[in-house]
Amino acid sequence: MATSIDTSRRGFLKVSAAAGGGLLLGFELLQDGAEAASAFAPNAFIRIDPKGIVTLIMPQQEMGQGTHTGHSQLLAEELDVAMSQVVLEQAPPNDMLYGGPKAPPERRRQSTGGSSSFRNGFYISLRQAGANARAILVTAAARLWKVDPATLRTSDGVVYHDPSGRQIGYGELSPRAGAITLPTDAPLKADKDFKLIGKPVHRLDVPAKTNGSVTYGIDVMAGKVPVAAVLQAPVVGGKVAAVDDAAARAIPGVKQIVVLDDLVAVVADNTWLAFKGLKALGVTWNDGPNGRLGQADIVRDLREKTSKPGVSAKNEGDIDKAFGSGDRIDVAYEMPFLAHSPMEPLNCTVHVQGKTAEIWVGTQVQTGAQKAAAKVLDVDPKAVTLTNFMLGGGFGRRLDTDMVTNAVRVAQQVSGPVKVMWSREEDTRHDTVRPYYRNVMAATLKDGRIDAWLHRISGGSVPVRMSGKPPKDGLDGSTIDGADEIPYEIPNLRVEYVQCEPGAVNVGWWRGVGPNNSLFAVESLIDELARKAGKDPLEFRLAHLQKSPRAAGVLRLAADKAGWSGPLEGKAGRGIAMINAFGSFCAAVCEAEVNADGDVRVRRMVVAVDAGKVVNPDGITSQVEGGVVFALTSAFWGNITVANGRIQQSNFHDYRMMRIHEAPPVEVHIVPSNEDPGGIGEPGVTVSTPALVNAIAAATGIRLRTMPIDREILAGRKDNA
Amino acid sequence: MKGTLQVNGVAHDVEAPDDMPLLWVLRDMLGMTGTKYGCGIAQCGACTVHLDGKPVRSCLLPVSAVGDKPVVTIEGVGTTPAGAKAQKAWIELDVPQCGYCQSGQIMSASALLANTPAPTDADIDAAMAGNICRCGTYLRIRAAIKRAAGTQA
Ligand code: FES
Ligand code: FES
Repeated sequence: MATSIDTSRRGFLKVSAAAGGGLLLGFELLQDGAEAASAFAPNAFIRIDPKGIVTLIMPQQEMGQGTHTGHSQLLAEELDVAMSQVVLEQAPPNDMLYGGPKAPPERRRQSTGGSSSFRNGFYISLRQAGANARAILVTAAARLWKVDPATLRTSDGVVYHDPSGRQIGYGELSPRAGAITLPTDAPLKADKDFKLIGKPVHRLDVPAKTNGSVTYGIDVMAGKVPVAAVLQAPVVGGKVAAVDDAAARAIPGVKQIVVLDDLVAVVADNTWLAFKGLKALGVTWNDGPNGRLGQADIVRDLREKTSKPGVSAKNEGDIDKAFGSGDRIDVAYEMPFLAHSPMEPLNCTVHVQGKTAEIWVGTQVQTGAQKAAAKVLDVDPKAVTLTNFMLGGGFGRRLDTDMVTNAVRVAQQVSGPVKVMWSREEDTRHDTVRPYYRNVMAATLKDGRIDAWLHRISGGSVPVRMSGKPPKDGLDGSTIDGADEIPYEIPNLRVEYVQCEPGAVNVGWWRGVGPNNSLFAVESLIDELARKAGKDPLEFRLAHLQKSPRAAGVLRLAADKAGWSGPLEGKAGRGIAMINAFGSFCAAVCEAEVNADGDVRVRRMVVAVDAGKVVNPDGITSQVEGGVVFALTSAFWGNITVANGRIQQSNFHDYRMMRIHEAPPVEVHIVPSNEDPGGIGEPGVTVSTPALVNAIAAATGIRLRTMPIDREILAGRKDNA
Repeated sequence: MKGTLQVNGVAHDVEAPDDMPLLWVLRDMLGMTGTKYGCGIAQCGACTVHLDGKPVRSCLLPVSAVGDKPVVTIEGVGTTPAGAKAQKAWIELDVPQCGYCQSGQIMSASALLANTPAPTDADIDAAMAGNICRCGTYLRIRAAIKRAAGTQA
């Protein structure tokens, strides 16, 4: 996309006519490197064509979390256009323009993950972009009518001069706006004047998702390009030993068999024939040393390594001294490997032509995907054109770029464009799984309060796996994330990290990331301590949150709405949990019943959220509703296991998802707040599992410390080791 | 097979292997990509279409078994009264998140609504349990079905 932004004068924005006569407008951002110390770099864009169509260019990726709608609200609010007037366009790959504006330029990444859409500076920078654009349009109208800009007002894409009754649309003004230079700090609206921000706005991407018209990566050029079904070495580090392709080649419509050192692919006229050809292919693998790796090896290694102290991530008070007295509890919590299983299996369409490539994909990291492709081709990323499509689920899986790398490797062998497809089985077996975690914990009670607290965490490090480098200073912050900033007031506290990579299992970011594990452990132990102290779990928490009104606020709200101390029928219990992560506070009360067979039914989940300033309240509600289901799915069934170096699960029959009849009612209550906007895609996931496990403990007296939930234990047929 | 498929009221000449599932004929031969591939083994419902008015998983339905029975897909279901009501309710309640499962959800829901104009919760459970939504939009799916049926605001 050509931009015509003059970056020569600091603090000023020069607008030039864009292709087609429309107004193309960038907005001020942080300084762009040393040379640019007196300049500013444009970021996301607004484009207004003479017909009045307002195109908003979206820096982040839509994957169902409502980012496009929220970002549009921010831009449209200050630009003063109605949501119905805007058209959205996905930004091309560009870290500098579209990376989170809060980060310094060299660390800016165009990445959608970690509940970042409203947290990384976009809340203000997108509004500023809208306000600046509006100011220019107002100036253009003022010059046209030769009136004082202060006498003009705007509404729904029209500038009005009330004294004379004149009006003009933004589209008509756009050719005139070209030559105007204005400061980049046009005033923002006061919160009380908001028409869109904080209001429940219908999602812009929804209509196309109800009639089959939306295009996901998997839909690109369907039927027009050949399909390559891919099969990768089932063991990390494994190689192809031999391929018998006679049967596959005999299938009419199978065009080509691609054999690389660690994968094979069958190229055929359509997806079905490619899958069929792949099944007919006889592949023998050389597994290499990882072919003997089993789940028990991974867990044993983790247990051994966490039996010794780790690297200190936080150390307050004098924990050793504090452990010398008081009523002590020692526990360990473990969480399993998990697959992402986005509904849209991985796929990537590629056309390699010599030293250039064109890519059509749904990714959470546009520039990362571009770089991955460029690396395979050994070219500059500029030689790779990437078009990003709607994501049929991301959940962190599409923060990785292995699917792009392997698709480009296959496409290098194919003449013309090819769609590289993962079957559901391939998607599951080659997921970059959520790490298996172990939390070793100890705490003491003194006079009914927590006096000492040790939290030692270990699990495969995603940054280490992705970078191939050891963690900086031996400490992986993403693994201990959440544990180091618990708001509970504890005088002696230590958080430790122990490095322990699971060998030949690729670990990846998974919705809720580190806090899913660390805060499950924290909220479980707090509950255990409350029970040990003979205190109500809500009161016990509140007693340790005197200085954290936001934490106490969500707890009280959730408890109040759930009828925390009200009567319960049957063998049921209420569990409560609170998390502070992703810039938000979130509490949940889970009401669950357990039958004699150990079956658990969640009757109800009540969630209170303080996510700071709210952009789209219905978006929060929807993300929390979905997050609860996402968490309960893993709590009940999520368990990826490894045998002979291979992931054993493959499809939804052996990697279960929650279904509609199992999904509980979820009530979401939002705390009005003026704090900075927090993330919302993940808190609902993180808070739900501990709330459920605490409810089970309340109902049965059984404390489950390993996920997923083992019904045999709840049925009394197995020891709770 | 070589013959004619009736899809959304339009006849399409198709030449495909007998065992090729309808899903891939729709997507890769007719270019109708609204019907989705999620599992290929009748576990997720993303590929649901109507065959002679009944919801079927097109990923396991060989095209040779379709014969002259009419096929309705997400691209055409809006022309049926139940389909139009479902789509409207889906939009009003902002049901979809990533949206990938929603073609199948709407096809299952509109088949339910066509046969059971005022479905109970149990009816909804039975008709919709075969459709997975990884984003967890089940609450809104249930509410949208009731809204389409006029049994809930
Ligand atoms: S793709 Fe047919 S049921 Fe999953
Ligand atoms: S909306 Fe994403 S799978 Fe249902």
